[in-house]
Amino acid sequence: MYAFDYHQPASVADAAAALAAAADGKLVAGGMTLIPTLKQRLASPSDLIDLARVDELKGIGEESGSLVIGAMTCHADVAASDIVRRSIPALARLAGGIGDPQVRNRGTIGGSVANNDPAADYPAAVLGLGATIRTNKRDIAADDFFQGMFTTALEPDELITRIAFPVPQAAAYVKFPNPASRYAVVGVLVAKTGGGVRVAITGAGADGVFRATEMEQALSADFSPKALDGIAIPSDGLNGDIHASSEYRAHLIGVMAKRAVAACV
Amino acid sequence: MPTVSMTVNGKAVSREVEPRTLLVQFLREHLGLTGTHVGCDTSQCGACVVHVDGRSVKSCTMLAVQADGRVVTTIEGMAAADGTLHPIQAAFRENHGLQCGFCTPGMVMSVADLLKNNPSPTEREVREWLEGNICRCTGYHNIVKAVLAAAEALRGAPAHAAE
Ligand SMILES: Cc1cc2nc3c(=O)[nH]c(=O)nc-3n(C[C@H](O)[C@H](O)[C@H](O)COP(=O)(O)OP(=O)(O)OC[C@H]3O[C@@H](n4cnc5c(N)ncnc54)[C@H](O)[C@@H]3O)c2cc1C
Ligand code: FES
Ligand code: FES
Repeated sequence: MYAFDYHQPASVADAAAALAAAADGKLVAGGMTLIPTLKQRLASPSDLIDLARVDELKGIGEESGSLVIGAMTCHADVAASDIVRRSIPALARLAGGIGDPQVRNRGTIGGSVANNDPAADYPAAVLGLGATIRTNKRDIAADDFFQGMFTTALEPDELITRIAFPVPQAAAYVKFPNPASRYAVVGVLVAKTGGGVRVAITGAGADGVFRATEMEQALSADFSPKALDGIAIPSDGLNGDIHASSEYRAHLIGVMAKRAVAACV
Repeated sequence: MPTVSMTVNGKAVSREVEPRTLLVQFLREHLGLTGTHVGCDTSQCGACVVHVDGRSVKSCTMLAVQADGRVVTTIEGMAAADGTLHPIQAAFRENHGLQCGFCTPGMVMSVADLLKNNPSPTEREVREWLEGNICRCTGYHNIVKAVLAAAEALRGAPAHAAE
């Protein structure tokens, strides 16, 4: 690991100021992605700004029809939260299926969403549930936030403070996990909302998480697994790697989507 | 260099460290607590698991400065002062839950976190919990047996709660 200066701000304002002041600053949340990257010398930030002591970024609450989760809430706390289990159980199960217990004790929702790994689980929930990403500067709709793998709408000195998930009528997330890391080879989140059905796919897209609009239309007309019969997901634009070819991923999307719909009804 | 202070196995410690020092390096190289192992570069094997404020974490994926002011427990903090093994350690020995022993410190610390929150896990829950602990020797079978035996022993001896 290359040397860096370390900062522990206690407020969002101080964290943003430290980030803006640094030559090449990086926020660290749970560190479960960033620290392995630093250990492999794949990044060499001048400054690390640790969000661990920013209390205003923690916690889970409800606000008129939405579940609101602070950026620094770890996966284990989302999985165990009574509020999350009651209002969006699919989200609690998703968080409880990330990595392993020690990853879940450190890794955070803010870090996962900001990182936008194409195989991460949370982006499927954020996009599939039509969440709003709140930052120190503005609110960003999920549909505008994810902009290709490891790329988001966040500006260099912008940080996620909370994520607000509108509570759906029903939702389920089903993933085909990589047997070693538990990252999604394919993960599908299906949500039935007042505004129609949303289907978000992670793990498969060469540009990261995306919505399967043809599936959404079919499910809005008939919310049943068989409504997805005959919808072929093209393998163009899907990832192929040592874990799964793009054709296999295309096939898995159909299977996981049907299972997710079945889990909703 | 920043100074970090924390409680490790009940003792207050304070050292100057470079910010890039990993918690596991701090424990092994600065404090000489070499029971915590490093088995991978990818945060996947769990040989380095310790407790920070009572929760199991991978000490290879946390900086020492991030543990400033926190309470850390390592494998060296598990046995009693007179050397009597913690019931989880005893169960691993009894059930042949180790061969080379490299993964064992991380296994024991991970299991201690499990049993604190779930004193009566099912076999399936034990296997799922150990997702982040890799053993290249045992085939896991006897590890799972050891965990179930430890759970039973701890339920019988409430004074010896996990950790
Ligand atoms: C062994 C292993 C298995 C894993 N398995 C899975 C899995 O199955 N599914 C899955 O989804 N993930 C998995 N992960 C990743 C894990 O969920 C990470 O915790 C997550 O991707 C990053 O979150 P973090 O809090 O650790 O962020 P960090 O590593 O601290 O940061 C990641 C990036 O986000 C930025 N960042 C952090 N917080 C903010 C913020 N509030 N605002 C703006 N930018 C921010 C940082 O600057 C950095 O660039 C795994 C990781 C490991 C090590
Ligand atoms: S050394 Fe392998 S997970 Fe820490
Ligand atoms: S006993 Fe050898 S790695 Fe587990």
